[in-house]
Amino acid sequence: MGLLRTFLVLLVCFGCAVSSAHAEKITIAAAADLKYAMDEIIAGFRKGQPAHEIDVVYGSSGKFHTQIRQGAPYDLFFSADISFPRELARQGLAAGEVRPYAVGRIVLWSSSMDAAKMTLADLVDPKVTKIAIANPKHAPYGKRAEEALRSAGLWDRLQSKLVFGENISQAAQYVQSGNAQVGLIALALVRNPELSKRGGYYLIPENMHNPLEQGFIITRPGAGKPLAGSFADFMDSKQARSIMTKYGFALPGDKTGK
Amino acid sequence: MTMILADADIQSIWLTVRLASVVTVALLILGTPIAWWLARTRSRLKGVLGAVVALPLVLPPSVLGFYLLLAMGPDGPVGQLTRVLGIGALPFTFRGLVVASIFYSLPFMVQPLQNAFESIGERPLEVAATLGASPLDAFFTVALPLARPGFLTASILTFAHTVGEFGVVLMIGGNIPGVSRVASVQIYDHVEALEYAQAHRMAAVMLIFSFIVLLALYVWRPGTMKTTRKD
Repeated sequence: MGLLRTFLVLLVCFGCAVSSAHAEKITIAAAADLKYAMDEIIAGFRKGQPAHEIDVVYGSSGKFHTQIRQGAPYDLFFSADISFPRELARQGLAAGEVRPYAVGRIVLWSSSMDAAKMTLADLVDPKVTKIAIANPKHAPYGKRAEEALRSAGLWDRLQSKLVFGENISQAAQYVQSGNAQVGLIALALVRNPELSKRGGYYLIPENMHNPLEQGFIITRPGAGKPLAGSFADFMDSKQARSIMTKYGFALPGDKTGK
Repeated sequence: MTMILADADIQSIWLTVRLASVVTVALLILGTPIAWWLARTRSRLKGVLGAVVALPLVLPPSVLGFYLLLAMGPDGPVGQLTRVLGIGALPFTFRGLVVASIFYSLPFMVQPLQNAFESIGERPLEVAATLGASPLDAFFTVALPLARPGFLTASILTFAHTVGEFGVVLMIGGNIPGVSRVASVQIYDHVEALEYAQAHRMAAVMLIFSFIVLLALYVWRPGTMKTTRKD
């Protein structure tokens, strides 16, 4: 009984602490490929505005799309596929226009082999037993991986080797843990120091798949929050753009996407 | 069912049934001696083993999935063992899912069985012993028949709990059709792909199935659930 009472008191205190926190707070839903880049951008943004609170949730763009349609309280939505925010805007769930922010790339990456010396054709090698990609059914990076393997004429031959991550970050984790020897994952993820020290990567030529055009919106819940607007503007800043470039994204209005 | 569900959906349901059946049989074999020991022993290790068995009740599936993925991976202890044994890697295979589900559903088999064995008490076994039955004999001819309702409850709960598995499969399964794309994962994929109509149909099938299973447990065996309340 005493324990229960202590617990309840703590719970109430916690509730008070949360509600008395600063009023300006936004939550961002970001595609899994942005994991490292967005963390850095948010850190950069907060240096200028330390009083504010920014929560970020990473996951698959398709899931966020569904959740926002069902009223999820995200203030900004950074999708790996611009079609999701466009769809939301059409349904009146966005405040303002859809802003393209980057074009993503996919790479062949391995944590046990030197992927820099590989091409897609090497995937038929019997030494490669499992290839991780994001689920092409709903993950933008998975769709592009499928397109690339189809253009290489390998999709049907590799069927028995494919394993599907729920999003691109899970696909990367399958490779990192060695459970899949190789994966077709986001360039932005292998540019992270943690992963890039584990062997090289092979950049899959752009012409083998449709462009991974990425866009974001301020959602309806974010419409009334000035912080959401200033974060959106920060994406255009030199600092944010240089972070995005560092992670291998080609930027809108830039011609360095090679 | 073919009328309302696509082939891929039926494949995933069939896979789920297969997985749950294999796991239930495997756990009947593995869980019975554990439950028997837990019910009879006075060893101080009883508390420790009991706690280990109950862990999956409180552990998030992500914790279990994470450890299993690392342990069964090529650098993990289980992964190295399976490679030496020539079984190959376990993640992304049906076998791997069976192993994971055995851990995940362990308490659902062991706890009802343990309760059933405990409720038999010492007396019938002592009588069997005085009549000259060996401990093994007494187990098969006295304890097992007396614990039959417990076995039924344990098997149904284990089967149903394995059907309801999601997080662990998502983490170590790799979402391969016919291998690891079980019904719960298939529904998740439908939702992610905004195929709500298909998701609705499969979800309804799962809901009805689960309700019938629990109804059977509660209506037909009103006494049993009371003794297993603690799980």
